[in-house]
Amino acid sequence: MTEPAQEAFLDALVEDDPVQLYEQAPCGFLSTTPEGVIVKANATLCRWLGTDREGLVRQRSFVDLLTPGGRIYHETHYAPLLQMHDKVRELALDLVRADGGRLPVLVNATLVRDEEGRPRLIRVAVFDASDRRRYERELRAEKDRAEASEARARTLARTLQQTLLPPTEPRIPGLELATAYRPAADGLLVGGDFYDVFQLGRDEWGVLLGDVCGKDAEAATVTALARWTLRAAAVESEGTAHALANLNELLRSHETELFCTAVLVRLRPHGASWRAVLSVGGHPPPLLLGGSGEVAAVTEAGPLIGVIEGAHYPETHLTIEPGRGLLLYTDGATDARRGSDFFDDHRLLASVRARGSEPRRLVDGLVGDIEEFQEGPASDDLALLALRVPPSPAHREQDVR
Amino acid sequence: MDAAAKLNVTVTGPPDGQPMVFAHGFGCDQEMWRHVAPSFADRFRVVLFDYVGCGGSEASAWDAERYSTLHGYAADVLDLVHDLDLRDVVFVGHSVSSMIGALAVAAEPDRFARLVMVGPSPRYIDDPGSAYSGGFGEADIVELLDSLSSNYLGWSAAMAPAIMGNADRPELGEELTQSFCRMDPSIAQQWARVTFLSDNRPDLARVTVPTLVLQCRDDAIAPVAVGEYVHRSLPVSQLVLLDATGHCPNLSAPESTVRAIADFVGGVGAGA
Repeated sequence: MTEPAQEAFLDALVEDDPVQLYEQAPCGFLSTTPEGVIVKANATLCRWLGTDREGLVRQRSFVDLLTPGGRIYHETHYAPLLQMHDKVRELALDLVRADGGRLPVLVNATLVRDEEGRPRLIRVAVFDASDRRRYERELRAEKDRAEASEARARTLARTLQQTLLPPTEPRIPGLELATAYRPAADGLLVGGDFYDVFQLGRDEWGVLLGDVCGKDAEAATVTALARWTLRAAAVESEGTAHALANLNELLRSHETELFCTAVLVRLRPHGASWRAVLSVGGHPPPLLLGGSGEVAAVTEAGPLIGVIEGAHYPETHLTIEPGRGLLLYTDGATDARRGSDFFDDHRLLASVRARGSEPRRLVDGLVGDIEEFQEGPASDDLALLALRVPPSPAHREQDVR
Repeated sequence: MDAAAKLNVTVTGPPDGQPMVFAHGFGCDQEMWRHVAPSFADRFRVVLFDYVGCGGSEASAWDAERYSTLHGYAADVLDLVHDLDLRDVVFVGHSVSSMIGALAVAAEPDRFARLVMVGPSPRYIDDPGSAYSGGFGEADIVELLDSLSSNYLGWSAAMAPAIMGNADRPELGEELTQSFCRMDPSIAQQWARVTFLSDNRPDLARVTVPTLVLQCRDDAIAPVAVGEYVHRSLPVSQLVLLDATGHCPNLSAPESTVRAIADFVGGVGAGA
């Protein structure tokens, strides 16, 4: 150290003797009895309050320096916290100056106990927080505004979502059917999952389930478009391939870059069984549910809908016998996450086997299993649709078991 | 949801003992009774709980409409009494819980044997019309609400780690350090509004069970004059003045608080 620097060091050291340090510290210091009577106060605090030490020491308690509202806060939060934890930190309070003005401060305090643990003394450090408080006020106003706007967005999303799904649980006479839709957890966005059940003719029904890539307003318009196009095309044409191809061309020509995946099923009764024709466009193939717990994916998935020009979609023909059924689901089921682990096909199959083929029980059980597996809020929405040809009396016994 | 889960109920003491229910006041949770309640667990069935929104209660049970008056809180107390099938209850309420207790007793007097009010105030705001002085003006309460939001702004980000990091007093336990005095800011706001803007003076006359009013000598929230008013307005009561400062004798003067309550219930619980 050079000589001048050494001199400056010693000067500073002498200047900041303990008394000066206490009195002139850039924060207010205050000591009180455990009951709050002021025992000591430093010059900085006296200056801030515009009072002399004689007016504080012995004369007043810490709560006397607070606004009435602050006094309530002191009694309901500050004092209990101090007594339970021996310290409080960063409490925002207003001190009342001698001239009646307010000094916004942040307060830290420690409770000093004797060897037997009895309270002896409270030390309080007071920091001027005028600017910070102003800033916090603005932040709070912004937060209130943001919350109000989020609430509006949530309502909007919920309302819009409701228009994209059947308003009541759909029914097909002669079939057992159950659906579930669970939105993504944030509830702010309109999800892309959709399903529908509609009558095609006197004895024929259409079942539809799909997922538009993306979320929110643009996805919602595509969802509506997909749902109505498939419905209309299914009525106009035979089979299911044509309807998906139709939607494919429409999305290709639509101004959005969005595409979708979907399963379309046509169902008609055939004796005690039902006959199904179905096409899959880039979607997880439905699961065929056996009467005694066997589950198999109906394969033959065609390409994504709205991506490739002139895409062709195969048709699969099935006979669904009494006690057997179909499960249609979106990837919200298999993509449910716990850490880096997914619910995946394996868990889905296990869960379906365990739940059995009765549609209501299956759908509710699956939603339960997926939610239980999932860690934290669901990032994607989830749609499930299960149907079953009612078991014949002989099978029914098995079902009850 | 049953009241026990909703209100994070903890029960100690002999199952066949006379029930003594401790209810915390605004701002904190059942830990407020940690220096008081254990003294009664030798012969009373001691029931502690957290109001919805406080401590370990079921936060999803918060219902802004139900809790828009103190009657909603009193209904929770009665649900608790029914669910645990408590009879002959000694209800010990701190601060606003004194009035919640009064409402519960007035609604179902048959369930309660005695009421203890610790630092009660039936109305915090002055009422010049009836020459009643509660100690606060309406502007003061507005200021309190403001001070709550300032502090809860700090709570979430800055305060919580300070409360949770209690390595130096591990006996406080994880549960306590995480929950004590912490509340959802919007819930805290409504609690404060309901608590400090209520007027329960007319309800005092409906408290038909013997009541102990525990009053601190120097209480910034519930002054002695208010304690005396409560004592005068209750049909059967006794007033005990504690030589303590502040609003929480259960923390600052637990021995004298215990003694006063024990003297009051002495004859009642002895045979249980």
